[in-house]
Amino acid sequence: MTVATQAAPAAIQEQEMLISGSEAIAEALTLADIDVVTAYPIRPYDTVMQAIAKKISGGKLVAEYIVAEGEHSQFEIVKHASTVGARVFCGSSGVGWAYAMECLVVTPALRVPMVAMVGNRALDDPGAFGVEHNDALFVRDLGWLLCWIDSSQEALDTTLIAYRVAEDRRIFLPIAISADGAFLTHSQAITKVPSKSLVDKFLPPYHRGDLQLHPDNPITVAPQVNEDWVIEIRRQNNAATERAYTVIEEAYADFRRVFGRGPENPWFEEYMTEDAEIILMGMGTLSLPVKVAIRKMREDGKKVGLIRLRWFRPFPYEQLARALRKARAIGVIDRDYSFGSPFGSGVVATEVRAALYNAEHRPPLIGFICGLGGREVTLEDVYKTAEICYSAAKAGKTERATYWLGVRE
Amino acid sequence: MAEIATFSNATQVLEPFKGVKKVTIEEYFSSGHRTCQGCESALVMKLMVKAAGPRTIVLGSTGCMYVANTTYYSTPWVVPWMHTQLGSSGSAALGTAAGLKALMKKGKMKAEPINVIAFCGDGGGADMGLGAISATLTHKEYNSLILLYDNESYANTDIQLSGSTPYGAHTTFSPPGKARRIMHTRWKKNTAGMLAAGHPECRYVATVCASYAVEMMNKVRKALSIGGPTFIHSLDPCPKGWDYDPMLSHELGELAIECGIFPLYEVEEGVVKYYGKTKAIVDGRPRKPVREYLLKQGRFAHFIEEDLEYFQGKVDEMWTKWELPGVACFKKDGARAVAG
Repeated sequence: MTVATQAAPAAIQEQEMLISGSEAIAEALTLADIDVVTAYPIRPYDTVMQAIAKKISGGKLVAEYIVAEGEHSQFEIVKHASTVGARVFCGSSGVGWAYAMECLVVTPALRVPMVAMVGNRALDDPGAFGVEHNDALFVRDLGWLLCWIDSSQEALDTTLIAYRVAEDRRIFLPIAISADGAFLTHSQAITKVPSKSLVDKFLPPYHRGDLQLHPDNPITVAPQVNEDWVIEIRRQNNAATERAYTVIEEAYADFRRVFGRGPENPWFEEYMTEDAEIILMGMGTLSLPVKVAIRKMREDGKKVGLIRLRWFRPFPYEQLARALRKARAIGVIDRDYSFGSPFGSGVVATEVRAALYNAEHRPPLIGFICGLGGREVTLEDVYKTAEICYSAAKAGKTERATYWLGVRE
Repeated sequence: MAEIATFSNATQVLEPFKGVKKVTIEEYFSSGHRTCQGCESALVMKLMVKAAGPRTIVLGSTGCMYVANTTYYSTPWVVPWMHTQLGSSGSAALGTAAGLKALMKKGKMKAEPINVIAFCGDGGGADMGLGAISATLTHKEYNSLILLYDNESYANTDIQLSGSTPYGAHTTFSPPGKARRIMHTRWKKNTAGMLAAGHPECRYVATVCASYAVEMMNKVRKALSIGGPTFIHSLDPCPKGWDYDPMLSHELGELAIECGIFPLYEVEEGVVKYYGKTKAIVDGRPRKPVREYLLKQGRFAHFIEEDLEYFQGKVDEMWTKWELPGVACFKKDGARAVAG
């Protein structure tokens, strides 16, 4: 279904559509006029590839659609297509993403601005289709820029922003957009789909410049450098990641200018944090139950707020330290695990703790591991986190640093 | 963006060199590499890209021809070159060709036929990357050549056996010892034959040996001209891995063919054509005994008579029992009965 939207200022130039997160990404890819895309089936991300296939067969998009024989090839094929100047898209889920790991390692090192979708899924074994964030988090140390989204609209918008950021010559790094399996990949919502002419005002063509592999530019790419040069090259990658703080903020600002919507703060969404005593944190679609629970708790006079992290790499540690400075206690809900980590916390809790280490105000921080394997994060779970956070706030310290919630005993 | 109506996906027309004196002078694989003395694979690189010409992109998967060739600041590649992962020669060829095709088709890049060649060693090609090569050979709409330089071991990492190492060879993973003289008991994988047999729409598969340089270059030119994905398997004697005097590289290549161990052929549009001394063998000329080849190499120095006989027997089978001699190991009906 499509109806004209009333929204200003780009009213005429956007249509509303009822589409899933995966379909929203496919709309964005069509608008971005991608050149090469590689598919391989694994739930739940593969819905995006099905949507792109329909775009191509329906004549909405001209692109090479290659069905690979495994995720390793899937990612290698687009990596190479990108080096000759093609705008590319790829994606995977769970162990599929793991199967591509070698290629995920080299992609940022080669400064390939691929955009990938991770339909977050629990890793094997045992089998589970449901969401966990450990898959995308594999690559957190490698130069991939990582973000999490929680709605179809954010899926579409972030995909356009991702190409803009990744292909910025100051960056030239791949970006993985994480969408919670089932909760977002398969759930439909009304989404504003902009016109191509509007998108063209925001997203310039991809130019690889002097890094383009072409007979007119006979370069040798990725020779053996050994100890002579590796550390300098790693530092260049690190510098690009640091520049991403600026480039991402520029991109969001420009997005707001062109489309007349989008968040002021790219890094995280703040929900009722203004006066919050307790700030809960997390990534992805758990924002929905947490927001509902917060509204209920507010009715009972409990001042609880949410920070939903969008960008995990680069990690907005300074912005977070500022946003968390008034909280009396922080509860981080991880939809991931990190066995043997400090305090046994999940990955996000560990990162937030590290981000606050040098902060003036360090409220008690409690990690919660919840909703693994696609289990629902319930309102009861969220009430529990707030309750534990309130106790810690009163005591001024944490009794336990990490809790597993919603687990059958 | 719409498709450009005039885009044709054509390949370059590379006519065969009519004799060694007609071969072009220009080199596109030049000084700057650090391969061993007598390295046949370095010669294969040089001939491969000489045959292809300047409008070529070369992708190289991990292996000797990556590590020894492209030390930073001293690349020998005159044409654009890029590393790809060990098992990725197929994907590199496919991705590069698809990227070029998409950009040209959509008018984002000037349309012209650009050769895409991805090379791999036997470890990268016959072992780890076989699946990706197989996949690429089914994508008939992308023009590329995958060249496997087979020096019959993981020669860059200290000579470990691969699926392409001959039976019984001494490698660092198969050292002959008192308890076990033969550690490597597997027969060499028939990579070219398998790829030709398994990919009905792949228009060209060939075997080559740089001992026969003009033939080798002409097969590369045909592979690049014919269109779609193609595959060439090159047997490359390796002084370090095979343990022989570097001056014997060419001679060993010739012997491998004369003994019938490595047949020279092409499969063009499904039609098998034998070349040179292999053709003579198929026509009935006697093969040289394999011992003439094996005993010139240190990697077979531990062989006793029994091992030589076993090896000879297996090679004999290729010519007497295979339905397509030297190419495909389907046996003739009578042969199966004989084999019991």
